[in-house]
Amino acid sequence: MLTDLTLAEARAGLRAGRFSSRELTQAFLDAIAVLNPKLNAFITVTGEAALAQADAADVALARGEQRNLTGIPLAIKDLFCTKGVRTTAGSRILAPFIPPYESTVTANLLRDGAVFLGKANLDEFAMGSSNMASAYGAVTNPWTRRGDNRALVPGGSSGGSAAAVAGRLALGATATDTGGSIRQPASFCGIAGIKPTYGRCSRWGVVAFASSLDQAGPLARTVEDCAIMLGSMAGFDAKDSTSADLPVPDFAAACARGVKGLRIGVPREYRSDGMAPEIEALWTQGLDWLRAEGAEIVDVSLPHTKYGLATYYIVAPAEASSNLARYDGVRFGARSQGRDLIELYEKTRGEGFGDEVKRRVLIGTYVLSAGYYDAYYLRAQKVRALILQDFTEVFQRVDALLTPTTPTAAFAQGERMDDPITMYLNDIFTVPANMSGSPGLSVPAGLDAHGLPLGLQVLGRHFDEETVFAVGAALERAAGFSARPGMLAGV
Amino acid sequence: MSLDPATVRRIARLARIRLDDAQVAQMGAELNSILGWIEQLNEVNVDGVTPMAGGTHNMAQRLRADAVTDGGIAEQVLANAPDREGAFYTVPKVVE
Amino acid sequence: MTYAIEGSSGAWEVVIGLEVHAQIISQSKLFSGAATGFGASPNSQVSFVDAGFPGMLPVVNGECIRQAVRTGLGLNAQINLVSRFDRKNYFYADLPNGYQISQYEQPIVGEGAIEIELADGSTRRIGVTRLHVEQDAGKSLHDQDPSRSFIDLNRAGVALMEIVSEPDLRSPEEAGAYIRKLRSILRYLGTCDGNMEEGSLRADVNVSVRKQGEPYRTRCEVKNVNSVRFVMQAIEAEALRQIGVWEGGGTVEQETRLFDPHRGETRSMRSKEDAHDYRYFPDPDLLPLVLEQSWVDELRAALPELPDAKRARFIAEYGLSPYDAAVLVAEQATAQFYETLAKGRDPKQAANWLTGDYFAALNRLGRSIEDPPVSAESLGGLLDLIADATINGKIAKEVFEAMLESGDSAAAIVDARGLRQVTDSGAIDAAVDAVLAANSDKVAEFKSGKDKLFGFFVGQVMKAMAGKGNPALVNDVLRARLR
Repeated sequence: MLTDLTLAEARAGLRAGRFSSRELTQAFLDAIAVLNPKLNAFITVTGEAALAQADAADVALARGEQRNLTGIPLAIKDLFCTKGVRTTAGSRILAPFIPPYESTVTANLLRDGAVFLGKANLDEFAMGSSNMASAYGAVTNPWTRRGDNRALVPGGSSGGSAAAVAGRLALGATATDTGGSIRQPASFCGIAGIKPTYGRCSRWGVVAFASSLDQAGPLARTVEDCAIMLGSMAGFDAKDSTSADLPVPDFAAACARGVKGLRIGVPREYRSDGMAPEIEALWTQGLDWLRAEGAEIVDVSLPHTKYGLATYYIVAPAEASSNLARYDGVRFGARSQGRDLIELYEKTRGEGFGDEVKRRVLIGTYVLSAGYYDAYYLRAQKVRALILQDFTEVFQRVDALLTPTTPTAAFAQGERMDDPITMYLNDIFTVPANMSGSPGLSVPAGLDAHGLPLGLQVLGRHFDEETVFAVGAALERAAGFSARPGMLAGV
Repeated sequence: MSLDPATVRRIARLARIRLDDAQVAQMGAELNSILGWIEQLNEVNVDGVTPMAGGTHNMAQRLRADAVTDGGIAEQVLANAPDREGAFYTVPKVVE
Repeated sequence: MTYAIEGSSGAWEVVIGLEVHAQIISQSKLFSGAATGFGASPNSQVSFVDAGFPGMLPVVNGECIRQAVRTGLGLNAQINLVSRFDRKNYFYADLPNGYQISQYEQPIVGEGAIEIELADGSTRRIGVTRLHVEQDAGKSLHDQDPSRSFIDLNRAGVALMEIVSEPDLRSPEEAGAYIRKLRSILRYLGTCDGNMEEGSLRADVNVSVRKQGEPYRTRCEVKNVNSVRFVMQAIEAEALRQIGVWEGGGTVEQETRLFDPHRGETRSMRSKEDAHDYRYFPDPDLLPLVLEQSWVDELRAALPELPDAKRARFIAEYGLSPYDAAVLVAEQATAQFYETLAKGRDPKQAANWLTGDYFAALNRLGRSIEDPPVSAESLGGLLDLIADATINGKIAKEVFEAMLESGDSAAAIVDARGLRQVTDSGAIDAAVDAVLAANSDKVAEFKSGKDKLFGFFVGQVMKAMAGKGNPALVNDVLRARLR
């Protein structure tokens, strides 16, 4: 089945002329038609445009033009502005918004010949870890617990992207990660996903959540697929002042490097939080695999990482409260009528934003407000500097770190909804890399007792995604993860 | 630190988000729980630490050349406006 | 003489600080590539960045930074090699992002000073607290529709320098002198055109009043005053209002006010009532602004001669009075005109002609020194004719008027109209004889001691010679005859 191919396999098949991009794209559109009503992974499906892009790709392939992603059907998180295609950010407030511009990352993908199937669902403004906080409905994880039909969350905020890839509705998907929004859904959905170094992918044209943390990256079924996609997504962009002016390495080639002679750090602080035994076991297994491949395992300490999450819940809401001020019903998006300007603003935003967004905007407004700035925001940015310093010191001694991606496997829709903090704790292992700007990759490595996928996280030095891919690919080979989710089209 | 309903209302007004009384109560409780949890940062000794100011470090601002490369797209800029009059955006009348 | 306002409770001192917003001269905006020109059709100079669209990011215009540093150097101020952009958060219809990108904690320019000259010839040094770079907001039009305000974002994102003074100013006159001097420096540097009518230069005026020797009392900020005259009027009106409040037993509340020039009074700005908590924080879309000292040094070396230095030189080099020198250096074009005119000529005579007849003519004709009706070279030709005694001063004024009308050179006019002055002693003798003969009674009075009549005789002789007599020769001959 075409939809079962990895991105690398599909690319090889297209290049060899074994099938056309139109056939491939149509197969995914058919799968979407069958499965999306259950998964709700896509907010918008752009079938006609996808087929037109596929036809153009077929013409190009026939001419011998083989760009990195020619003819490859992808899903685009609905946080990336796409020219002429509605971009909602999962929010009611952007329901009518049709961007007149294309984000740099998606423009890069189009430049390299990709086919866009549609816009993937997400937590509103990328705020969430369950994809329950979308104005366009929850996303369902294609995985289910053994003997239990309850719908599970795909993780968030890139839940639609992850569910689409895991459910074989796309070969890969763009995603963004502010506190774990690529890696946590990757782990929950049994796929691979990398948050590259802050500054590797341009943020231009991506709806901002927390500017100093947001970073785009790919979700795909294999580490190599992620590497191929990132090769197109990444690159310097003069329109983003925080974009790094560095060449894009051959990430895909790095996947074959192996780990012989690499020093892999095990941060002891990640062990403490009453970790589930099966997570701990998987982690140990991962270290054994790497040792067997010739890596040296080193115990290290990141003393400030335990404060990562609390720091995150000051910095991210603060930036979000400011970034989301532009949604005021004046120049774009939904407007609620008001007798005066203030009422217009308050009703537009009160009715346009969901509860989680309101919560974070209010927290952010509070921590920046007069008299509290030093106690909250400034202190958090200092702790953040300490977290960065921890990573900088550790990476003088080791080449990469290995940790679990999440403290648990996917949970059921409606679970953990009673208290925001319980939900926030999902990101405890992923947030520190956002604080420091480090690259982090989640690799599917095993199943829990209920048959749900679990991921391991590889963290690396700034702008050394190559080593991260090398370690991730070695884990992937050793794990031989071949389990398939229960919900697939045609199954 | 504990937020009373008046503070929640003040913050909501600063953020221009309308909340009804029930929302004020619920949000207040949730915000208090989050702020209480964040208090753990007070354990950290941050004396003499230079705060991070953004997501990058060891990088300085690039400067662009002074050239007109944008604008002249009034129709595109206005196309998404919920209400407009000619080439203007509109809002309910503001009294200064 | 110290300025004070006499209230019912005695004299009040007025304390004034100015925040001047000066539009930086640049082709494109501070954070986007949209144009900055004045008067374009609505929203035609707006990029998606300026309109705050989702996912749009700011990129700093290097020219705006260069201009801000040059201005700082021109104000003899500290240049901060590391500065930062912060967000100032508030909601307003013409503020698309819901925040203004400004510099709060670490401005690009620190402390400096401006020397002002007052009408009585004294000078005062006014402290400049800081200069920072920020983006302008858009424009709201409130008078186009009965129920709606219209928003034009052409100005949104245009680069401004906010130049903040210490509360060192003590009178409307000093405030006026400060703005004029600042404007002059900015125009010399070419960093701001100083055009207050088009809003390129606007002032927020902080005013408080106090009794002699007291600490500062509460101040109010009068926003967006757009002429020197209005600044002076607004200060007086606001000071009087505050004195009334204090003397009425009330308390002045710190607030933002607006000056209404028609009524000559300030009033509270309702729209800003709860905008006081700006929640500043470093803009995470931008990085620290780091300058090289060597680059700053290069800019310093390339600065033009500024008004204070030029004024000192004019006094030393041309022997001008401090007042004349100040008038001539206020505008660079005037100073340049003057130096061309004075070159190889009597510098005082050149100054007198320029500040007298020439300025009067500009005023009358509504022309400016940048668009002169008579060039400096041409005016110099006229002065040369006076210097070599071809014409006298009185005829020169007539020739100047003719130059203004015709655009011809002074020499051509003198020749064409036969205005060359008469130095032939025979002609002068004859004219003197005739005047004395016709006024024998006056001659008698003069000889009996009425010395003042000498001027009368001169006038009569000049009149008889159609103004062309050489005044010195006429004087000599008359004096000899009347002895």
